[in-house]
Amino acid sequence: MRWLLVKDLQILKRSPLLVALLVVYPVVIALMIGFALSSPPGKPTVAVYDAVPSGRGAVSIGNQKIDIAHYANQLFDSITPIRVSSRAAAIAKVQGGQAQAALIIPADIIDQINGLITQGVGSPTVELFLNSRDPLERQFAEQAISARASQVEQAVSKQVLRVAVTDLRQVLNGGTLQFLGQNVPILGLRNARAIVQGTIDTLPVNSALKPALKQVVNFADLAIGGFSFATPVLGSIGSPLTIRQVELAGRTTPTASYAAAIAVIVSLMFVGVLLAAGLLALERSENAYSRLVRGLITPGGLLSEKVLLAALGAAAVTLLMSAFVSLFVHLDWARFPLWVAALVLGGLAFAALGVAIGGLARDVSVASLMAFVLSLPIAFVALVPGDAVSGTLKSILDAVAFVFPFRAALQAAANAFSGAAPGIGWPLVHLAVLALVFGALARLAMRRFSAS
Amino acid sequence: MTTGTQTAQPGATVAVRALTKRFGSRTALDRVGFELRSGEVAAIIGPNGAGKTTLLSIIAGVLDPTEGEVARPSGTGRFGWVPQEPALYSKLSVAENLRLFARLERVSDPEQAVDAMLAQTGLTDRAGEEVGRLSGGNQQRVNIAIGLLSEPPALLLDEPSASLDPRQRERLWEFIAGLAERGTTILFSTHNVAEAERYASRVLVLGDGELLFTGTPAELERAVHTEDRTPGDFETAFVRFLHDRGH
Repeated sequence: MRWLLVKDLQILKRSPLLVALLVVYPVVIALMIGFALSSPPGKPTVAVYDAVPSGRGAVSIGNQKIDIAHYANQLFDSITPIRVSSRAAAIAKVQGGQAQAALIIPADIIDQINGLITQGVGSPTVELFLNSRDPLERQFAEQAISARASQVEQAVSKQVLRVAVTDLRQVLNGGTLQFLGQNVPILGLRNARAIVQGTIDTLPVNSALKPALKQVVNFADLAIGGFSFATPVLGSIGSPLTIRQVELAGRTTPTASYAAAIAVIVSLMFVGVLLAAGLLALERSENAYSRLVRGLITPGGLLSEKVLLAALGAAAVTLLMSAFVSLFVHLDWARFPLWVAALVLGGLAFAALGVAIGGLARDVSVASLMAFVLSLPIAFVALVPGDAVSGTLKSILDAVAFVFPFRAALQAAANAFSGAAPGIGWPLVHLAVLALVFGALARLAMRRFSAS
Repeated sequence: MTTGTQTAQPGATVAVRALTKRFGSRTALDRVGFELRSGEVAAIIGPNGAGKTTLLSIIAGVLDPTEGEVARPSGTGRFGWVPQEPALYSKLSVAENLRLFARLERVSDPEQAVDAMLAQTGLTDRAGEEVGRLSGGNQQRVNIAIGLLSEPPALLLDEPSASLDPRQRERLWEFIAGLAERGTTILFSTHNVAEAERYASRVLVLGDGELLFTGTPAELERAVHTEDRTPGDFETAFVRFLHDRGH
């Protein structure tokens, strides 16, 4: 086997264009897929339960009202809302796959906001339930809601600031303030100053000007009250709303590292499958197979050599790719041994699939075409979000994804890169079993070599 | 069912005994048996589909027989095998191809064997050239050289001259004659009946998987009973022979 490995490496070394294509092409495809998946289009579907009673969506600040409900409706511009009648129904929509997230607005949210604005205490909170089964969808929904929530916050803050500034101007210049249903005239600091200054300038010492001085005292009281009122208002401008996120299933994969895992596994698949299929088909197209298996090497040994070379080659390329990607995306280097395990076992499974394809082809070009044509649907089937399709089709796609290595390799790599759910143990076992199964299928396919 | 390689009787380099090969319900070979001695040059001739390549493939060990056995002298290695299409890696050089197969054949001194084969086939000056750039004739020489690397007692060639021009063919047969003179048994298949008559000391006629005749070309001509046959026309005798036996 050693000399066959040397021979195959010599052949690859003398085919630099082929090797470059084999490496560059899948890397480019993988990066494009990763980029596309990390920027999904459209609006996420979000189940919304708004418990605020109708007509109670306004917050009073001083003598003005801010219609929070008006601003909250802007949130729905960036999502496709499904209105539901209870918190449980909203959560059920996420669990059932009809919505990517659930937004729960509590009944006392207006009171909470009032408390924050008028007293500077409390933290108005809405709940956001996210489906963490698919990290990309999770991130997509979270980004859409958070971005819009931030805009709503800014709009509310701007309105609150406008109210606060108006109040401060009244304190400064005077005006009328609504208090307990009555119009209360406010003198204003400038006027008070002018009155006090005029009084001081014109009245003799010890003059009994108690009413005017009383006005000044009253204004001073109001001014103190006005400033103490304005302080919490301004303090609430920064972030009046808190979004409490709840994950519905397992841990989450940071989207960037998940996209990196997709890119890496697409490359692993292309290099592993194409290399193994091509190397095996080469033995047939060069007519060397009959010479080799008449005692020089067993068919099983020949298959093992092809699988080993393709798997290690694919793992080496994708390890380098992962190291490069880690310059831009956080991948957990402390888990490096798991990177190696995931990529080597994934490589073995893909290479075994490759020799099964190569066993069916008569020459390298046919094997490469078959490998390419089969690889793309395998990847796409594994990447279709489970919640994007309905029952029977989902079961079929799951079954197809289960019998090919892509999904298991992706789960293993995602876990290796960031500790994402599910764990890495089962995907690695799955990959090892698939490698054996496809190896056995390849051995069956090779019987056609001898018979033809 | 008896299969596998057994020991040949003393004097016989290749002993084929009751070889039968079935592909499903089709019988490709039916109880074929013969022996070849050292230095003998034998040709397998017959119409298309007669089982020539199947017979050679079984003797070479590429295919397993359904029944029967192939024997060789005790203490000798496997037979040399030269498939019809050159079985070479076109991206490797002549020497690299020879070295690879010498190592796979576990030849005791691969480098010496490579040098010897390069000299024997007259390819020493082309040793570093990629096989894919060689002419068909030179590729066939490398193909044969690989079959001879382990100094086999017999060399099996499947239509060795099929893709060669007359000059290359001539050189090939000179080379094979030299091997036979040095004691290597030669068994080849061919569609070219004249070539069989000219270079083989013995012909094996196959028809529908049966061994219909084994003997010298002259004996085959004598075996054909015809009045209109031109004396010395081996090809006509061969066709008549097949016709007389319903093939």
